Order: sequence, then C-alpha cells, then structure tokens
Amino acid sequence: MDILTHFNYWAAIALATIGLYAVVARHNLIKKLIGLSLFQTAVFLLFITIGKVTGGTAPILDAAYSLYSNPLPHVLILTAIVVSVSTLAVGLALAIAIKRDYGTVEEDEIHDADSAAGTGGEE
Amino acid sequence: MSDFLVLKVMAKLLIPFILLFGFYVQMHGDYGPGGGFQAGVIVAAAFILYAIVFEIGTARRVAPMAVLVTIACLGVLLYAGVGVANLVYGGRFLEYGVLAHEPAHGNHIGILIVEIGVGMAVAAVMMIIFFSFARRR
Amino acid sequence: MDEGARQDARQGRRAIDLYLNIILLVFVAATGIAAVWLRNLLASAMVLGIYSLLMAGLWVVLDAVDVAFTEAAVGAGVTTVLMLLAIALTGREEKRVRTRPWLPLAVSLGAAGLLVYATLGMPDFGAADAPAQTHVAPYYLERGEAETGVPNVVTAVLASYRGFDTLGEVTVIFTAGMGVLVLLGSATRRRRKAPTSAKEDSA
Repeated sequence: MDILTHFNYWAAIALATIGLYAVVARHNLIKKLIGLSLFQTAVFLLFITIGKVTGGTAPILDAAYSLYSNPLPHVLILTAIVVSVSTLAVGLALAIAIKRDYGTVEEDEIHDADSAAGTGGEE
Repeated sequence: MSDFLVLKVMAKLLIPFILLFGFYVQMHGDYGPGGGFQAGVIVAAAFILYAIVFEIGTARRVAPMAVLVTIACLGVLLYAGVGVANLVYGGRFLEYGVLAHEPAHGNHIGILIVEIGVGMAVAAVMMIIFFSFARRR
Repeated sequence: MDEGARQDARQGRRAIDLYLNIILLVFVAATGIAAVWLRNLLASAMVLGIYSLLMAGLWVVLDAVDVAFTEAAVGAGVTTVLMLLAIALTGREEKRVRTRPWLPLAVSLGAAGLLVYATLGMPDFGAADAPAQTHVAPYYLERGEAETGVPNVVTAVLASYRGFDTLGEVTVIFTAGMGVLVLLGSATRRRRKAPTSAKEDSA
C-alpha cells in the first residue's frame, strides 16, 4: 500500500532525475534545455500532487460538490508553466546566439573554440 | 509549406474559432477554467498557426513588432495601474474592494481588468518570442 | 441501500482515478526518457510535445483543470513550435560524444535516492488532513466566492489574494520577452549581416 500512497512523489523524482542527468551528461545545449524542462515539470508534478485531495473535485465552486482539491498549488503552477516557456525561450535564444557566434551548440566544441581563441569567442 | 491544401483550408476555417475561443477563455475565466494566461497563449497560438501554415510576412504585417511590444507594456502597466488606482481610491496596492460600492463587486471588477492585462502581456510576449525566433531564417 | 450503492460508485471512481494517474505517470516517464535518449533533436522535440499532452491529461486527473488548460496550450503547442524553430537554426542532430556517463548517472541517482528517502516523511497521496490542505486553502474555498464574487477559486487566488505574486510573474514573462528580443532582435542582426537584412524589417 505504501507504493500507491507515495507513487506520485517517486514519479516526480524519477522525472527530476532524468532531467538532471540530461543537464549534466549531455553535451548538446538544446538537449540540456530539454532536460531542464523535464526537471521543471517534475517540480510541477510534485506541487499538484500535494494539492490533490482524494475524492475531491476541481476547485470551481458549485452547490453539487463539497470537497475540493487545494487551489493554491494550481495557482502557483499555472503561472510557473507560462514563466517556464518564457525562460525556455530565453535559453533557446541564447543557444541560437551561441550557434551564430561559435558555429556549434556542442559544449566541448565551444570549450575548444574558447581555449583556442585565448580569452573570449569574439570574431 | 505552400502546397498543403487541406492544411490551409482547415487552418483558415479554424483560426477565427481559435481567436473566439481565446476571448471566451479570457472573459469566462472567473466561472470556469481559464483566465488571462491561457487566453493569451491561445490567441498567440492562432497567429502562430497562421504564420506557420500561410506565410510569416503577412502575420508580421498584421502584428508588427513595435505594436506587440506596446501591447506587452500596456498589459503589465494595466495590471500595475489597477493597483495604483486602488491607492488613489484609498485602498492598499491591489486591494480591489475599493473599486465599487461593495467589496465583492469591486473585487470582481479588479480581477477582470487584471486578467485582461495578463492576457495582453502574455499574448504579446508569446508572439514577440515566436517572431524573433522565426525572423532569423 | 441507496447510500451504500452511492458509496460503492464513489469508491470505484476513486480507484479508476488512481489507476489512471499511475498509468499516465508511467507513460510520462517513458516519454521523458525517450526525449532525453533520442539523438535526433527533431524527434526529441516531438516526443516532448507528447509528454506535455500526457501531462495535461494527468493534471485533469489530479483536479488541476486550469493547469491542464495551460499545459495543453503552452507545453504541447507553443513550446514545441519554439523548440522546432530553434532546432532548425542550431542543427537537428546531436553529436555523438565519447564520454563516460557514470559520474552524471551516479550524481543524479544519488540525488534521487536522497529525495526518495525524504518522501518517506511526506503525507499520503490525497490525504485530506495533510498540512498543505489545512493551512490557507480552507479559507480560500470557504470565503473566496463571498469575498470576490468569483466561483473559480483558482482565478480568485491568482488575481486577487495573490495578485502581487502574479504581477511579479507577468513582469518576469515580459522581461523574458524583452530578453529574447534583445538576443535575437533586429539590432544585433543588422550589425552582423547588413547586406541580407534589407529585405524586411519592422523595428
């Protein structure tokens, strides 16, 4: 029974682990950003899980229902999702700018170009 | 993307309804699921769909970058402006209760205006991001 | 007896919710692994779109309809489009790098182990007496409609009770948009490749 009561938490941790692994191990900047968004959704999952009440319904008040899930995590995550796409866009824009200046988005090639040029990557 | 006739016809058919749905979600957010964040993204998605299926030049002409930046600024300022208006009416920052004779009514008005500000800002920013990404082709 | 039947139906619905929740989580984890595993970034972005759509279904099961709405519009829609545009500009194939994945794997799994240990002290899934459910949520649910005239408590909390928070979030979104504009906008482009930018410009 313990598996069922904590399954959601562990699923969130599994997603966070996948995301963290992608951020650390992968060398492609786009892949790192994909890992970062996986990590973000893991946090979202944790919050929404905490807000769920068994037998409750969506927090839109109606006379037919009396038990509702917690609206507060929904508010926080709702805004966080839109913020996450905006920050992801900034990350992708940085990747595009790096591609423009270095000609690559692979981390090791960027490091090689940096050490070859001395201090910075300016043309 | 110029030869997909089915896609073009369907997109042309769907875009008005997507926009209408976006406005419905915006104004109905206090009674059902929805609100400024969702509506903004849906309205932006209609423009993005048009830009992908048809051509991006026309979409850019309909929504030039300068206009989008202005709308984004106005959205944030509308939100903050409601807060300042409350200060003027003698309340606290973002305390909507003072906007009408009755606190509950004032709250409802405040929420509607604030959601419109959120919708404007989100829709404009999503389109700014999309057009910036697509510009560099 | 009628009461008993209704009790049974409610129990059945709860069980279905729980199983649906678990099945969706398994699918979500599988697509998440696929998104990281695939070397073709285009495929990876499409899998990420499916991941978001499954996530939206999961939010509905977990009663977060507003979040599901946002996730379906943002995650499965706008994010996928942005990913595809960015990949079109940066290259669609991830380079095959000879590295030892063991250290990152050990770090991630170590962190996961610690987190799993921490969850053992968490309240059970769906418990109505958990600290999160007894803090401010009852106030919002009881007084929200009377104080704001809005039946959707999520909207009431978003725009009224936590309006200052949302103002900050909107400012963050606005700043992110301006950041993208500065990074990819017309000014930097004109400086770098002046001859090709004569075709179109707006700002």
